[in-house]
Amino acid sequence: MSTLVAARVSEARSSSGFRFAMLLPGALVTFLLILFALGLVLFLAFRGNDGSLLGSGFGLANFVTVVSDPLYWTVTLRSLVIAALVTLATVVTAYPVAYYLAFYAGPRRGLLLFLVTLPFWTSYLLRVFAWKIVLAYNGVLNSALIESGIWSQPTLAFLNTPAAVVVTLAHAYAPFAILPIYVALETIPKSLIEAASDLGARPFTSFRRVVLPNSMPGVLAAALVVFVPTVGDYVTPAMVGGPASTMIGTLIQSQFGKANDWPFGAALSVCVMLVILVVVLVARGADRRFGSRT
Amino acid sequence: MRVERLGTQRNGRWLGLYVLAYLVFLYLPVLLIPLFSFNDSIQAAFPLQGFTLQWYATLYGNSALSGALLNSLLIGAIAAFGATLCGITISYMDLYGRSPLAATISAIARLPILIPGVIVGISLLILVNLVGLGPSRVAIVLGHILVALPTTVVVMRSRFAAIPKTVREAALDLGASDWTTFRRVMLPLSLPAVLSAFMLAFLISFDEFIVVFFLAGTEPTLPLYIWSQLRFPRSLPTVMALGTMILAVSFIIAGTAEILRHRGLGAARRTPANPA
Repeated sequence: MSTLVAARVSEARSSSGFRFAMLLPGALVTFLLILFALGLVLFLAFRGNDGSLLGSGFGLANFVTVVSDPLYWTVTLRSLVIAALVTLATVVTAYPVAYYLAFYAGPRRGLLLFLVTLPFWTSYLLRVFAWKIVLAYNGVLNSALIESGIWSQPTLAFLNTPAAVVVTLAHAYAPFAILPIYVALETIPKSLIEAASDLGARPFTSFRRVVLPNSMPGVLAAALVVFVPTVGDYVTPAMVGGPASTMIGTLIQSQFGKANDWPFGAALSVCVMLVILVVVLVARGADRRFGSRT
Repeated sequence: MRVERLGTQRNGRWLGLYVLAYLVFLYLPVLLIPLFSFNDSIQAAFPLQGFTLQWYATLYGNSALSGALLNSLLIGAIAAFGATLCGITISYMDLYGRSPLAATISAIARLPILIPGVIVGISLLILVNLVGLGPSRVAIVLGHILVALPTTVVVMRSRFAAIPKTVREAALDLGASDWTTFRRVMLPLSLPAVLSAFMLAFLISFDEFIVVFFLAGTEPTLPLYIWSQLRFPRSLPTVMALGTMILAVSFIIAGTAEILRHRGLGAARRTPANPA
């Protein structure tokens, strides 16, 4: 009897030791590197810049500057418009690909899925760099247009424009959008689509009334995973955007670099996180609306 | 078996053409890098000037480059180990720990998806300065563990979830401790996914630029080396030669990781007792 109790106790002890060991790495990384580090950004955003690491004082001065200076409104608005355009372009062009993968690909599906996800695992810097050599004044696109006789003069109009940023970001984040939409389309019960056509719905009607609403959670997830990295990007504006395409990420980066005002950079970061929070809440609200319809 | 009534085969053919065009758009700009890396001209422009290997030759004997490469390999391996360890433990405890703490950790671990890289970078920069570490290789490793974490958690979670529940229950019923069950039963069954998670995490670290930009001290990684060279138009062909080799390595590692992941999942799906 007592040995049984002892066994139970030692088992419980090893079990709690096991739990501790298994929870420790994740707890350290998530609480220290994610939550505590983000907390530091939030704390720093309310401090004044005095050259020290954590600043001094406590107040809303940084946020007052952000709100009152029109420069920050312009840049924030530009970042939002660019990110929204990139998200729209990426999701709209990815949807037919995901649709084909889910309903038509047949035996080629595995290979196609692999091909559309492969660029995801290649260097982001190289994908952006590729566009720099495409769009440059004496670059690929200009020389190809001249070589083929379409244009006689190279044009400066490609590089260093906001349009170049949109195209480059849309290309760089294209592989992000396909997978969530594909998963959503793939999990629609086939009986729903069959029921729609049995009840006399034409193919387009059954797409519009059945397939599209049911795939909306995937579309929203895709929009989110494209929007978040693009709204804070600073590499693409620096490479192909020129001065007219400064984005909010560029400003944050310079506060922690040349401008050297960490508390102000932290305040800008908090503003970006607030914008993302609003977008996430809107997406979640939209998701719930579509969710209730099914 | 497929739902053909949704659209006609003709629609499928048009969609197929669209997918082909999309793939061309996806790959064409990237494939220009290898194309022009063999071109005998400083300019990346048409018409092509003839075949050369001289840009690859300039990569040899470049000590700054080989230093950055070694750095990237070392940081990638350590960060991949850390991210895979965290991915395994977080997803295992999320599925079988039955505790709110484990579920919370798993939810927070996927949070970096919703944080732009620039903010991950500056938050860790503040943290490493606060603890006195400063920008360094250790700081980069911490940053890359964070960036790779959502991937390793998702890969490991889907693998663990695909193992029939009865397997773990049988081990526990036969008297195996939690630790033994994990080490002798669940981990060996997930080995392909562990390898896949490790390779993908390595690749993420190896190619990562946005976060490492803030955390590097005096020893740059390969993407930082490339960034520093982009300012000089004369070194563009060399960057393209280097980029070609990086792309080739990325394609091989990502391909192997995908094969491993699907092989693992496929084997689990074929098990008859697999619960949905």
